[in-house]
Amino acid sequence: MTGTILPIALGFAFVCVSASIVLNLFRLWRGPLSADRILAVDTLTINAIAMIVLFGIAYTTPDYFEAALLLAMVGFVGTVAYSKFLLRGDIVE
Amino acid sequence: MTLAAEILISSLLVLGGAFILVGSWGLARLPSLMTRLHGPTKATTLGVGACLIASMIYFPASGGAWSAHELLITLFLFLTAPVSANLIAKAHLHRQGRGIDANPSDHIIDGLPSPTGSADWATFGGAKPAEPSAPGQATGEPRS
Repeated sequence: MTGTILPIALGFAFVCVSASIVLNLFRLWRGPLSADRILAVDTLTINAIAMIVLFGIAYTTPDYFEAALLLAMVGFVGTVAYSKFLLRGDIVE
Repeated sequence: MTLAAEILISSLLVLGGAFILVGSWGLARLPSLMTRLHGPTKATTLGVGACLIASMIYFPASGGAWSAHELLITLFLFLTAPVSANLIAKAHLHRQGRGIDANPSDHIIDGLPSPTGSADWATFGGAKPAEPSAPGQATGEPRS
């Protein structure tokens, strides 16, 4: 019994995250405002973190978590920098 | 791996995948930016948290070592998601108040009306000079 439901759940999660990335790319391409595109890139980063974690489970290796942590930090800093550029017209004042 | 651990991990993975999909579907589907902010900031964050907790249970259950990396990423994401959403909303409000980004689905074409305080929309920069001849304003107290 063990070893049969985990691959199915993992496949479901992979399909969901891939569809989410496609939807985010649609919003990134379509988004009428600059803030929409910033939000799309932020969500894309979070989905990439989820994808990395799922690959870590699928290959049973803990080597990917540094990449996920790095992506979380860089994604947050990038979102803040983009928003601050829209807000002030400058990043480092 | 025991059956109970596998069922727990699988249900967390299914929950996480479903919430991630719902959040991104809301991002693609909802009509204006202020409504679009809801999906990624709440549903997607919860979904990623569920995936990370599933990973945190999976590695000790499959004979590996327990590590706090997943907990660290979860905490970091849960802390930073509201901050980035607030910054995006502020930038959007600022540009809409200046009439740069008119969004027809917000029913705001000409930009927002001017706020009654001494500062401009969503920023303290470009503050208008305070008018002392405006009685009855709740925000008219001088800042010390």
